[in-house]
Amino acid sequence: MYVSRLTRRILGVLSAAVVAFLFLPIGYVALLAFNSSKSLIFSGFSLRWWRFAFTDDAVSSEILAALWGSVKTAALATVLALILGTLASLAIHRFNFFGRQTVSFFVVLPIALPGIVTGIALNSAFRNVLGIRLGFLTLVVSHATFCIVVVFNNVLARLRRLPGNLEEASSDLGADTFQTFRYVTFPLLRSALFAGGLLAFALSFDEIVVTTFTSGAGFKTLPQFILNNYSRPNNAPVVNVVALSVMVMSIVPAAIAQRIAGSD
Amino acid sequence: MRSFSRWLVRHRKVQLGSLLGIPLVWLVVVYLGSIAALVVSSFYGLDSFTFSVVKKFQLTNYQELMSWAPYGRITLRTMVIAVGVTVVDLSLAIPIAFYMVKVATPRVRRVLTVAVTVPLWASYLVKAYAWRVLLDPAGGLFKRVLGGSPRLGIVTVIITLGYLWLPYAILPIAAGFERLPNSLLEASSDLGAKAGQTFRSVIVPMLKPAVLAASIFTFSLSLGDYIAVGIVGGKTQVIGNVIYSNFGVNNVPLAAAFAMVPMAIMVGYLLLVRKTGALDNL
Repeated sequence: MYVSRLTRRILGVLSAAVVAFLFLPIGYVALLAFNSSKSLIFSGFSLRWWRFAFTDDAVSSEILAALWGSVKTAALATVLALILGTLASLAIHRFNFFGRQTVSFFVVLPIALPGIVTGIALNSAFRNVLGIRLGFLTLVVSHATFCIVVVFNNVLARLRRLPGNLEEASSDLGADTFQTFRYVTFPLLRSALFAGGLLAFALSFDEIVVTTFTSGAGFKTLPQFILNNYSRPNNAPVVNVVALSVMVMSIVPAAIAQRIAGSD
Repeated sequence: MRSFSRWLVRHRKVQLGSLLGIPLVWLVVVYLGSIAALVVSSFYGLDSFTFSVVKKFQLTNYQELMSWAPYGRITLRTMVIAVGVTVVDLSLAIPIAFYMVKVATPRVRRVLTVAVTVPLWASYLVKAYAWRVLLDPAGGLFKRVLGGSPRLGIVTVIITLGYLWLPYAILPIAAGFERLPNSLLEASSDLGAKAGQTFRSVIVPMLKPAVLAASIFTFSLSLGDYIAVGIVGGKTQVIGNVIYSNFGVNNVPLAAAFAMVPMAIMVGYLLLVRKTGALDNL
């Protein structure tokens, strides 16, 4: 399509402005992590909050516990979502059955309904209907439920783009169903599974609303740590340190994801 | 293994069942079961002396929601916020996604893709608090640099939520543009269409599912948010924080009844856009 020079320039400026908008608050948080005072206005460079976060035993053990809690939850939820999402997408792709549309609708529902609806629904089901104590298990089950859709959509999109005759060729050459999956379908799905899994992990890692309602009193995740500590003025600067560290650590998986998306 | 596999090939129903069984049971039991339990508890009541839940069918909660005017105002306000956020995000996301995929050089495109995805890895809470600092009327960055800042309320909520969900709007729309073949755009201009005409009769219809998918994200996330609203919204009451505070004081039936409002809106919206294929783009 012919796009005039002026339009190009306007779009370019707009895009640059949007990127600046996206990085303005993040940049400010990064700056505040090196603030010399505990006020939220930058008043001078200092490493005191980094020292505090790493050397104060009470604070650093709380941070580590929350980080580990989040990683554990996200990892388990991702594994469950990968299994459930892949199974469901294979079923939807290969078979035409009564209620097929309804199944895809149900998969989407947990993420399309607001988190608070999902949160209080799961909370009252666990507590009042099933009589389970809230904790790590209920948290993982809840997170896996809304992570299924990202794996499902990623894998299904890939399946639709794959030529169906590869699987046929495999079975013509004598492979059984499981061999075909292992040697033909799975390798072709691998990068879609990785992309979906990474998205599921990120979604779970940063989730706070459903977490609030399903994790119980004993178990804490990183977003819960952040929420608790921002309301304590003395600890707010530490949160900036934690936030910046997590962001920097996430560059590695983000870069890998970019590579994989680019190679497809 | 081999004979089992051969047997499976002949029994398509078993194949389907074993693929679909576990995910379906999970979604139906865990998710729909919980939603059903929520719907049921919205018809329960609260004992006025002990404040414990009375498990007897009644319409008290719905009557209360209908009769007290603030609930209507809160619903309307939340809708205004959700629509506002969606409009802001779509009007930013469509041009930037178009530029990213169809205009920019491959290098610029890579840079933009990374720039849009990296903010997703920064904590939602931290970003919301950062906006609180930027927008603070008493001495935030906007006040100091620009000389003024909007009062904490609907405007600041729309800015913050619009910011938070913008990547969720850009990514599906960019994917939509990627699926739009350049040859169609070229054909359109070869046939004499001006840029505006191509946009209206080729891009808009083909991009519709992706844009609707983006709007599902921005709309649903805004409809239920209470945490960011609490941080940047001052005293702004929305559906989310009313549900949250009722749930917090153990008035589960009323919270459940009010939760039916965003739920009905979203289910209605999903059913409406389902035919367009928007749900595959989430």
